[in-house]
Amino acid sequence: MAIVTTPKKACAVNPLKMSQPIGGAFAFMGLRGAMPLLHGSQGCTSFGLTLFVRHFKEAVPLQTTAMSEVATVLGGYENVEQAILNIYNRAKPEIIGICSTGVTETNGDDVDGYIKLIREQHPQLAKCPLVFVSTPDFKDAFQDGWAKTVACMVEVLVEAPPVGVERDPARVNVLPGCHLTPGDLDELRTILEDFGLKPSFLPDLAGSLDGHIPDEFTPTTIGGIGVDEVAGMGRSSWTIAIGEQMRRAAEAIQAKAGVPFRLFERLCGLIPNDEFIAFLSDISGRPVPAKYRRQRGQLSDAMLDAHFHVGGRKLAIGAEPDLLFDLSSMLHEMGAQVTAAVTTTQSPVLERIGTNEVLIGDLEDLEELARTRNCDLLITHSHGRQAAARLKIPFYRAGFPMFDRIGAGHQLSVGYRGTRDVIFSIANLVIADREENHQPAPDSWRTSRRSLKPGRRSFVDATEGSMA
Amino acid sequence: MSSLSATIQKIFNEPGCAKNANKSDAERNKGCAKQLQPGGAAGGCAFDGAKIALQPFTDVAHLVHGPIACEGNSWDNRGAASSGASIWRTGFTTDMNETDIVFGGEKRLYKAIKEIIKKYNPPAIFVYQTCVPAMIGDDINAVCKAASQKLGKPVIPINSPGFVGPKNLGNKLAGEALLEHVIGTEEPDYTTPYDINLIGEYNLCGELWQVKPLLDELGIRILSCISGDGKYREVASSHRARAAMIVCSKAMINVARKMEGRYGIPFFEGSFYGIQDSSDSLRQIARLLVERGAPCELIERTESVIAREEARAWATIELYKPRFAGKRALLITGGVKSWSVVAALQEAGLELVGTSVKKSTKQDKERIKELMGQDALMIGDMTPREIYEMLKDAKADIMLSGGKSQFVALKAAMPWLDINQERCHAYMGYIGMVKLVEEIDKALFNPMWEQLRRPAPWEEVAKNRQTNGMAQIDVQAVDVAADPETTRRAKKVCFCKEVDLGTLEDAIRSHGLTSVEAVRQHTSAFGGCCKRRIEDILTKMPVSSPPAMLQAAE
Repeated sequence: MAIVTTPKKACAVNPLKMSQPIGGAFAFMGLRGAMPLLHGSQGCTSFGLTLFVRHFKEAVPLQTTAMSEVATVLGGYENVEQAILNIYNRAKPEIIGICSTGVTETNGDDVDGYIKLIREQHPQLAKCPLVFVSTPDFKDAFQDGWAKTVACMVEVLVEAPPVGVERDPARVNVLPGCHLTPGDLDELRTILEDFGLKPSFLPDLAGSLDGHIPDEFTPTTIGGIGVDEVAGMGRSSWTIAIGEQMRRAAEAIQAKAGVPFRLFERLCGLIPNDEFIAFLSDISGRPVPAKYRRQRGQLSDAMLDAHFHVGGRKLAIGAEPDLLFDLSSMLHEMGAQVTAAVTTTQSPVLERIGTNEVLIGDLEDLEELARTRNCDLLITHSHGRQAAARLKIPFYRAGFPMFDRIGAGHQLSVGYRGTRDVIFSIANLVIADREENHQPAPDSWRTSRRSLKPGRRSFVDATEGSMA
Repeated sequence: MSSLSATIQKIFNEPGCAKNANKSDAERNKGCAKQLQPGGAAGGCAFDGAKIALQPFTDVAHLVHGPIACEGNSWDNRGAASSGASIWRTGFTTDMNETDIVFGGEKRLYKAIKEIIKKYNPPAIFVYQTCVPAMIGDDINAVCKAASQKLGKPVIPINSPGFVGPKNLGNKLAGEALLEHVIGTEEPDYTTPYDINLIGEYNLCGELWQVKPLLDELGIRILSCISGDGKYREVASSHRARAAMIVCSKAMINVARKMEGRYGIPFFEGSFYGIQDSSDSLRQIARLLVERGAPCELIERTESVIAREEARAWATIELYKPRFAGKRALLITGGVKSWSVVAALQEAGLELVGTSVKKSTKQDKERIKELMGQDALMIGDMTPREIYEMLKDAKADIMLSGGKSQFVALKAAMPWLDINQERCHAYMGYIGMVKLVEEIDKALFNPMWEQLRRPAPWEEVAKNRQTNGMAQIDVQAVDVAADPETTRRAKKVCFCKEVDLGTLEDAIRSHGLTSVEAVRQHTSAFGGCCKRRIEDILTKMPVSSPPAMLQAAE
């Protein structure tokens, strides 16, 4: 349906995109006792760290190999070695996850080789898993970094089940895309457990970045999935992948351990959740619990109540591909028109978005499109706040980062209940906007109609002219 | 034009830096770039530092030449405030891709500059160098020069790629760029004998505006603020100021000192954090201006403003004194704030249990000793774990620090207040100190803390059960010594089924029982809560026990 285009400009203005290495580091944050490490200069880490802290309002573990100019020229072996040893001795991590950056990819550091050498030199590291992912800044985006890292974790950490060992029929792997919040993961866990299934989430941000208060201070992640549990994921009976970005990781588990997978491209909306719940009922052999029948009814009712407000809205949305596909499809199904869509990186789902054109661009592009096409609802991450203020249209924050509101980690969008909440929030923004800015008055009804129907502006203008 | 490494060497030889002045020649040659520790560092890079120092110039377009990480991950993250232009908050980056890395990014950079001028037409563009283009040899100085000439706009190269060092070095490199390309390139519309420069003030949360009214009242004009709420034209013509105040001493001492050398502008280091400091700074400004030819009556007027403001501030803070009696604060911050805030907090009646001196100079430390006494707890490098322990042990009632350590305090359910750049309240000047005291009061006396520190009811019950159980056993131990038979009967082993020690011992003896399972079959003991205790009895019983049972008991 949609044509995917890339603009020709040399200067990105108000970037929508964030870099790949921090997407990778983010994935490592869903492992228990993990210390993500960026192989680059210390700024690479400090910018990412600040971003995560502002989003989650949590202490975030993230380290750097602190590459200097000289180290960059001579190669970063010593920095990687020292960083790993320092982290190992001080933080006592259960796993160290290493992502490369633009600097160390440009000079061509062979980190896989370094790790082999480091393991030879320091046998005490034998029991500490070291996972390396190549994530240059100058390619791809945040979502790709996450996807590559999860695939890497699978390749390194998941063990093939021994021959003859029976699979646990209740055990299910869940591979969530980076657009799901810790709140979403908790919701999914509850749903799966209600079907008697035992889910293992990889990565499990709900364990580490959900804001719980740990008993002890620890410099690594305070929760998440343990390395041993990841190893056992090969014995599950199913893998559920959420978001197209997780296809690679799901395929990797299948190839390594023969676990079949089902990919759900979205989990926001009525139909996707019908499919999801039906699938769970199918694999668990249990009827759908009454709770979800009720929740489905509540969602239907929410859609009835909200369609008056959402229907016909012209949506301008900027997000990473999977989130863009998820939210725009849900709103499209609610009668909104996806009028401007901007994303960060290539993905097979883009061409199926319910609009004419998807732009791989920045927030300047989104703002410009929203202005020229008279959009009246803006959805993007917090960096869209300046554009929203200038456009003076309702602004729903979605995605990462969300640094100017609290509770980002618990914003829910999956399941019947999550969809219901999203629909209510967006409809309420629209209602508030109408009450604050578009109250009908004897003098304004004509002009306010004009802004709603820009396509027929000439006609309205002419009428106005003749009236004057 | 000198090379980047030569510029860095010059910065390391800064005579105005107190730390540098105390060094031997050999040390000085090594420079101040503290070797960063891989796997143990947390600070920003030189690019970060340069951007922090210059981004508050509000009408300039700040273009970052590099891959997406440098700008995409960091833009619009500073709380500086602007009284007019907003282009400084717009993120511009060349977002270099793989092709640029292979073929060089200079052309893309030039095009980007052109696009910005066409679309936004700012008075100037600052171009920031980052690691990757520095590695592949993009010459941003040449591109900026060409662009300035062809496009007729100042395009200023800020040569401070991240990997050359820490944030602080970046601050200074940014200052060098201003000295080399900007300052002295334009003339102000008019000058007065009351013109000053503020150097190293970033107008975070608009806090400069809490001081500016006082300066306005005295007729003192901020000719240029480098860089809070600054304009390009102002800094370009800042060489005509009569005096300068350097606000954050670590950041841009090189700018102040070189402007003194080149243009004869005297400067002093001061601070507007704290009441005493605000007064001292106002006095110094007046003194320097008078020395440079302003009328003497300025000093009298300044004194009267100081007297009025001080009286007002102290009167408000006085109200908090009884509330703060006995409350202890821990201060983790850098540089001047480590002592300038100390004075104000002490005046409000807080007891300071410690202050960090990680980024402080020797003089800073001397001042702290003066204020807090010789045995002041000066914290050099405190790990988060140590801070956490300190707060958990309730050695402090509140912690004041920067955003990075906030969760250490908050997760220990301890009041915390942000006094660094990410904060959302303005603490500068007399009003600012009152505001700080108000905020401390709000944080300390929030009723929430009491609820948060209470354990959950089920944890309470579990704890009580445990202590009651222990107490019971202790009492019984005493009784056993007094009267063997009755206490043997009175001592409960299985609490759920009310089975006593005597019954169990008798059963074991008469049936020759050896395992918990067997005991359970012969008595009504449940074997749940009391499994351990039955095992103990079995091992202690004088009846001959097969070795297997002993092992199981162990």
